Amino acid sequence: MKQTLLAAVAALSLSVAAASAEPVKVGMITTLSGGGAGLGIDVRDGFMLAVKQSGNEDIEVIIEDDQRKPDVAVKLADKLVQAENVDVLTGLIWSNLAMAVIPSVTAQGKFYLSPNAGPSMLAGKGCHPNYFNVAWQNDNLHEAAGAFANVEGYKNSFILAPNYPAGKDALTGYKRLYKGDLAGELYTKLGQTDYAAELAQIRASGADSVYFFLPGGMGISFLKQYAGSGIDLPVDGPAISFDQGILQAVGDAALGVRNTSQWSKDINTPVNKSFVESFQVEYGRLPSLYASQGFDTANLLLSAMAKADVKDADAFREALQEADFKSTRGEFRFGPNNHPIQDIYVREVIKEGDVFTNKIIGKALNSHSDAYWSECKM
Amino acid sequence: MSLILLIEQILNGLQFGIMLFLMAAGLTLIFGVMGLINLAHGSLYMIGAFCAAAVAGATGSFLLGLIAALAGAAIAGALVELVVIRRLYTKDHLDQVLATFALILIFSEGTRWLFGSFPLFLNIPDALSGPVTLPGGIEYPLYRLTLIIVGLLVAAGLFLLISRTRLGIQIRAGENDREMIAALGVDIAKLYTIVFALGAALAGLAGALVGAIQSVQVGMGEPVLILAFVVIVIGGIGSIKGALIGAILVGLTDTLGGIFLPELMKLFFSPATATSVGSSIASMSIYILMAAVLVLRPTGLFGARA
Repeated sequence: MKQTLLAAVAALSLSVAAASAEPVKVGMITTLSGGGAGLGIDVRDGFMLAVKQSGNEDIEVIIEDDQRKPDVAVKLADKLVQAENVDVLTGLIWSNLAMAVIPSVTAQGKFYLSPNAGPSMLAGKGCHPNYFNVAWQNDNLHEAAGAFANVEGYKNSFILAPNYPAGKDALTGYKRLYKGDLAGELYTKLGQTDYAAELAQIRASGADSVYFFLPGGMGISFLKQYAGSGIDLPVDGPAISFDQGILQAVGDAALGVRNTSQWSKDINTPVNKSFVESFQVEYGRLPSLYASQGFDTANLLLSAMAKADVKDADAFREALQEADFKSTRGEFRFGPNNHPIQDIYVREVIKEGDVFTNKIIGKALNSHSDAYWSECKM
Repeated sequence: MSLILLIEQILNGLQFGIMLFLMAAGLTLIFGVMGLINLAHGSLYMIGAFCAAAVAGATGSFLLGLIAALAGAAIAGALVELVVIRRLYTKDHLDQVLATFALILIFSEGTRWLFGSFPLFLNIPDALSGPVTLPGGIEYPLYRLTLIIVGLLVAAGLFLLISRTRLGIQIRAGENDREMIAALGVDIAKLYTIVFALGAALAGLAGALVGAIQSVQVGMGEPVLILAFVVIVIGGIGSIKGALIGAILVGLTDTLGGIFLPELMKLFFSPATATSVGSSIASMSIYILMAAVLVLRPTGLFGARA
């Protein structure tokens, strides 16, 4: 009896060892050069910090730069899938690149864990069992902003976003929960840096508030020009427009602006505190939203690796769905379409010493899911 | 659409055009005098903005930042001419494009290496911030108004330089016949370096001026470079006057097209479709303008008859 038990334990431990002996190969395609590089670098640094902290030797990460170009991203994905034979892909920042890459890699049986892009097409009809989004569905922060606009009593908002998938998701998201009227709705060019014409329209529109979604350098330009235009309306945005990487470049023009986010550096949990501290020690700067998303993505992957072998796709998929990891943003679980169900906060831009950053002033939405899960059949 | 909005938009188009002129002037001079296609002109714009941001950040003075932008871009331009471009004059345009494209990559990654990937802070001086009220009750940002004035002054200075000075005579002679002015004893190598540095300084000035209201980041020069090429094609290659007229045309077309085309489309489509169709056509409008100009005048508005 005793011997059988021992043998069983030995066999069990062997099989556990076998499960983790096979290293998981991760292909990360993200934006490391050109205009949007700050975002990709943060995702990469957050991801690699989590891998380093786990001390897990069984994970190999191949990092590639997509230069924010869809054609480059597609070529890199082909290379990673066919030549490198990776098990899991991750890293894409931009939704137009995500649309070009994700459907094809999941169709080839690979897992894709999104640390940022969450286009609506992939949350609804185009959902896939192997596609997990750790950040958000693109509409989420904007829905929260729409809800917050009702709380603030805005009746006549002017809204604008760039003309690309995430921009359309943004304005759709805002309008979903916002109850007031629209003074105007504008789609600007992706990469546009001069907003004089738009500002003149805002001034002439009679709006009582402005909501904008302009990621990266576009947002910096818009806010600086907004401050110089003499328009005196409250301006709100998603966290994307007020993130750690760009606040320093915007300067005083951003002070006091409210933005919606699923993460903030002052979320008071031990996991988040240790993340913020260790990120600063490792890289010498404050972590951004994107860094937290990269960090969470890696921890999700590590949690699934502890439970199942990546070669056993069904078991690995179930392990991912359980989302059995400690997220920097607190409560985190997946909905039926593998998109997050999470709280979304309202933050305000403040100055801490010489550094511009955000602090939470309230919660916009509780355990918020997305608007597309019912269309997802998988 | 009120008259005030229209005037404000025309001012915006003018301001955009004038800044494009600063870029296009250098590009067209370099092409006209040396026959060189310089794709790295956008990098010089970026260098100007980064020099201004670094110096203004360290000293707190926007004016010192501007001087640093002019000097930094001119020095970078002169160095590039001496080290790389000089070897390209006798080569064909494809080699020039390849070499200057390589320069873009080197400058971009070099800047990232020095300053990091995150945008830098450069703000307009307090004295120029906020709006002013123009006659007729138009509120317009003072800084943008200053940009228009500075740009026009630079344009006037350039015209005087080209038409009234010895250097200007040499530049014009260089455009007409390179071999002949070398034979007449003008140090053509030195002239080339000076013209290149002058063009670079103008690009750097534009980068610094525009950087203060936009974001100072790696890769900021390339979108402007494409527009600057459109400008010199419209204006006629080698012509400063063409560059000025072309730049203002492009600026006005781009700005006013972005406003009026979506409004125009609303007559035919639902508002959401109109916005999206209108914005798409608006982003094509300057290229349509370029095509139209090329059909009517294949050498551009003020180009030399080839």
